[in-house]
Amino acid sequence: MAVIIETPNSPRTRKQANWEKYGWLFMRVSGPLLIVLIFTHLVVNLVVGDGIKAIDFAFVAGKWADPFWQVWDMAMLWLALIHGTNGMRTIVNDYVEKETLRKGLVTTLWAVGGLLILLGTLVIFTFDPCPAGAAAELLPSFCPAN
Amino acid sequence: MDKAIAEVASFTVTLMIRRFDPEVDQEPKWVDYDVEMFGTDRVLDALHKIKWEIDGSLTFRRSCAHGVCGSDAMRINGRNRLACKTLIKDLDISNPIYIEPIKGLPVEKDLIVNMEPFYQAYRDINPFLMASDTPAKERLQSPEDRARYDDTTKCILCAACTTSCPVFWTDGQYFGPAAIVNAHRFIFDSRDEGAQVRIDILNDKEGVWRCRTTFNCTEACPRGIEVTKAIAEVKQAILRGRP
Repeated sequence: MAVIIETPNSPRTRKQANWEKYGWLFMRVSGPLLIVLIFTHLVVNLVVGDGIKAIDFAFVAGKWADPFWQVWDMAMLWLALIHGTNGMRTIVNDYVEKETLRKGLVTTLWAVGGLLILLGTLVIFTFDPCPAGAAAELLPSFCPAN
Repeated sequence: MDKAIAEVASFTVTLMIRRFDPEVDQEPKWVDYDVEMFGTDRVLDALHKIKWEIDGSLTFRRSCAHGVCGSDAMRINGRNRLACKTLIKDLDISNPIYIEPIKGLPVEKDLIVNMEPFYQAYRDINPFLMASDTPAKERLQSPEDRARYDDTTKCILCAACTTSCPVFWTDGQYFGPAAIVNAHRFIFDSRDEGAQVRIDILNDKEGVWRCRTTFNCTEACPRGIEVTKAIAEVKQAILRGRP
């Protein structure tokens, strides 16, 4: 049987947009960034100052009152969730052979990842330790209502 | 001459061979053979001894029998090797030696698999020099330019790397290490003009991005090619958009 290779000098036409390159690149960029973000987060929360004893509701409220830590935590949230979800996606792509099941699992992964990113971002930027009109016994001690 | 020195030590070794006859068997089965071998014998010699003296129906591929043609890649004690380059005395002969066909390709009979999907991936990367000028004279190349892709010229297409790759086991569409190694051989050849074509082919869902860097291929290569490194260099070439 003769092997016929048609016009070998013309590039293969792309069937569809290919995101694999960008997915691979994202993993390589977000990985080192996450190491810096997470370890700084751990040191600031658990080691610096009073260390682990300083962590309470007020500590978190104080951090999220500062735009710097809001952006920091958002970067951690987005990068970690996209990194993790994309990692799970590659595992699903590697090991799930049924196309419908594979599509279902990948869609579920991104739906869950997207929802968590949405909720987390919402909490970081709308967090209010002393919401107006809340019952006084539910509020932390530092709120002006007490 | 001292007789004890002249004699090569002999020993009895048990071979467990994964056998499958499509005309009789539903499933592959393990069959054991005891053979008397010498310290200088390779696994291929043991297979010959079984085929020639015990059971002529044992089926396997071999051609040159000296590690050049790449016909006799098989899974020996769970590792992909060439039977002609594996000395029996280097294996643990106190236990049976397990011999199976390479994984991830359809078994046809005993140790013979259908290599066609493997060769198809090889053909898909255009494994030939692409040059626009007429071949009127030699195409000169500096020793440095030649050294750039020297490692990947060693490939003998035995499929030991591709069939050791866990991604290939579950996803037969993946190009596989061997095809990428042979693309590397031309992408980084200064005389070749088809790098863009091959880069475009391998920048595919089933191309280099499927590689999970497990290094199984590098470990399996009987020619000592740094396969994972070659794949990483092709990845970098794709990111740069040129070799």
